[in-house]
Amino acid sequence: MIKYITKRLLLMIPMLLGISLLTLLIMHLSPGDPTSLRYGLNPEVSGSARAQLHELYNLDKPFIVQYGSWLKRIVTLDFGRSFLDNRPVIEKIRERLPATLLLQVSALVLIFSIAIPVGVMSAVKQNSLFDKITTFLVFIGFATPTFWLALILMRVFAFNLEWFPVSGMSPWYAEFMTPFERVRDVLWHLVLPLTTLAFTGLASLSRYVRYSMLEVIRQDYIRTARAKGLSENKVIFKHALKNALLPVVTILGMTLPALIGGSFIFETIFAWPGMGRLGYMSIMQYDYPTVMGVGIISVFLTLIGILISDILYAAIDPRIRFE
Amino acid sequence: MKNKRDFRKKYAGVGLAVILIMFLVAVFANFIAPYDPEEINLEPDARLQAPSMKHLLGTDDLGRDVFSRMVYGARISLSVGFVAVFLSLVIGVTVGAIAGYFGGWVDTLLMRIVEIVMCFPRIFLILMLIAFLGPNIIIVMAVIGLTGWTGLARLVRAEFLSLKERDYVQAARALGAGDRRIIFKHILPNALSPVYVSAVLGVGGAILIESSLSFLGLGVQIPTPSWGNILTSGMHYIESAWWLMLFPGLAILITVLSYNLVGETLRDILDPRLKGFNQK
Repeated sequence: MIKYITKRLLLMIPMLLGISLLTLLIMHLSPGDPTSLRYGLNPEVSGSARAQLHELYNLDKPFIVQYGSWLKRIVTLDFGRSFLDNRPVIEKIRERLPATLLLQVSALVLIFSIAIPVGVMSAVKQNSLFDKITTFLVFIGFATPTFWLALILMRVFAFNLEWFPVSGMSPWYAEFMTPFERVRDVLWHLVLPLTTLAFTGLASLSRYVRYSMLEVIRQDYIRTARAKGLSENKVIFKHALKNALLPVVTILGMTLPALIGGSFIFETIFAWPGMGRLGYMSIMQYDYPTVMGVGIISVFLTLIGILISDILYAAIDPRIRFE
Repeated sequence: MKNKRDFRKKYAGVGLAVILIMFLVAVFANFIAPYDPEEINLEPDARLQAPSMKHLLGTDDLGRDVFSRMVYGARISLSVGFVAVFLSLVIGVTVGAIAGYFGGWVDTLLMRIVEIVMCFPRIFLILMLIAFLGPNIIIVMAVIGLTGWTGLARLVRAEFLSLKERDYVQAARALGAGDRRIIFKHILPNALSPVYVSAVLGVGGAILIESSLSFLGLGVQIPTPSWGNILTSGMHYIESAWWLMLFPGLAILITVLSYNLVGETLRDILDPRLKGFNQK
């Protein structure tokens, strides 16, 4: 197992090199052309922002120097200072990270705890009414623009019914609350963004669980288990479920980029004070160091998620680590 | 079993019809739209009008006819979808074919690149590129296309890996066919099933991304109408003008749903092995 983890960690090194190269190339894409439509509105800001960026990240030096210094910045998480308020970028991200993690982790828990039972149920009762309804909902889920869902939830549950707050995470008067009231208040604010975010992963995960379960049910050993007279419940929950859920662990790694990507949109709509909103704001205000910082940190979060899911998978399924 | 297939085919038929109608709407937008989509009317009784016989889907905050804007928006959304997907297909098929056919270090290198691109949350990679390049419709098409090829490259590579070992390919090689002939004449035509499926599903995905970008103000720029940027004003008037919010969203939902239905059915018909889940 330790050997597997070491191997997996070593594989991160070429990934890191590639990620730094790709992001460096993206920075070079900026044409410095202040006549394009949007920059035309404010050439001063964008022009000087670009010049500052070039200076900060040594983009005028020879390529190998640029790459070296950029790599060092990535490894030490030092992205320089924000163009807006001159504070270190990593400090700004650190402030925002808890809110994002709270949202992401609760979304993951919610997605897995709904999608697994739903997927298993619709596989076990294939072609039943339940299966048909969930398949229909999955199709709707894949096609729904999630930012639109966010607007609809906001309009219905925040404006019309006034059940939940419109946006934000904690109001200004939160400091006058008792700790218990504070937690309750944050949870209250969490409901709508969480529902929207969870929705993005729900359709694909429940579909995947259903598919994986259907595969397993067709296996010989399940037929054997039935043939020796085990009850249907025992066959499903003791024999089939365990093997069907194995590959689902790896989906954790694939769901993360979509979730983190989603946070850029939902945190903006719901004014959730997380990293995604910081990223969006810095794009709109040409705060390039913050843009780069947020980008690298979200890639790191994805990498950590993939690493955790790979290690988990190897821990439950010995076939993987002896390969 | 037969019944179930017919059942799905029926839905795919509806999807196909919707795709066709949307396509016609996009092509003949100038004949269908009753008003100029960019004509502003700031009279108090022209702004933010609820749907009526005069304005089927109401008017927006600048007094523009929402129905006309949505008709022209179809044109934008579909062209972004098609161009972006075409770009993804070209890159994905090329990378997948080269990696699968030649194998060795070329394969390792290309697949590592795919893994690296996949680590980036796609929407943020897109936002980052737009932050540096500036938003306009060409950039939006290019950026959606440039970030959407990784899954397809993997599928095409897998097809090539298995097809190149087949007897008929060996036979062609024994007869002296060159790499280029084997790739284009013998393997590629048999490896196209996943390409068709991803193309159809990809259009739906690209339309979703374009609308999110335009909604955030980083996609198609006003005054050019797109379903996404109509929703932006829908958000500003979320309390009062429900029609600004409801109709563009429904248009996106129905269009994307149709592409997904047709794509999934196509997948069942072309290649039952690929049946499974659809990555968002």
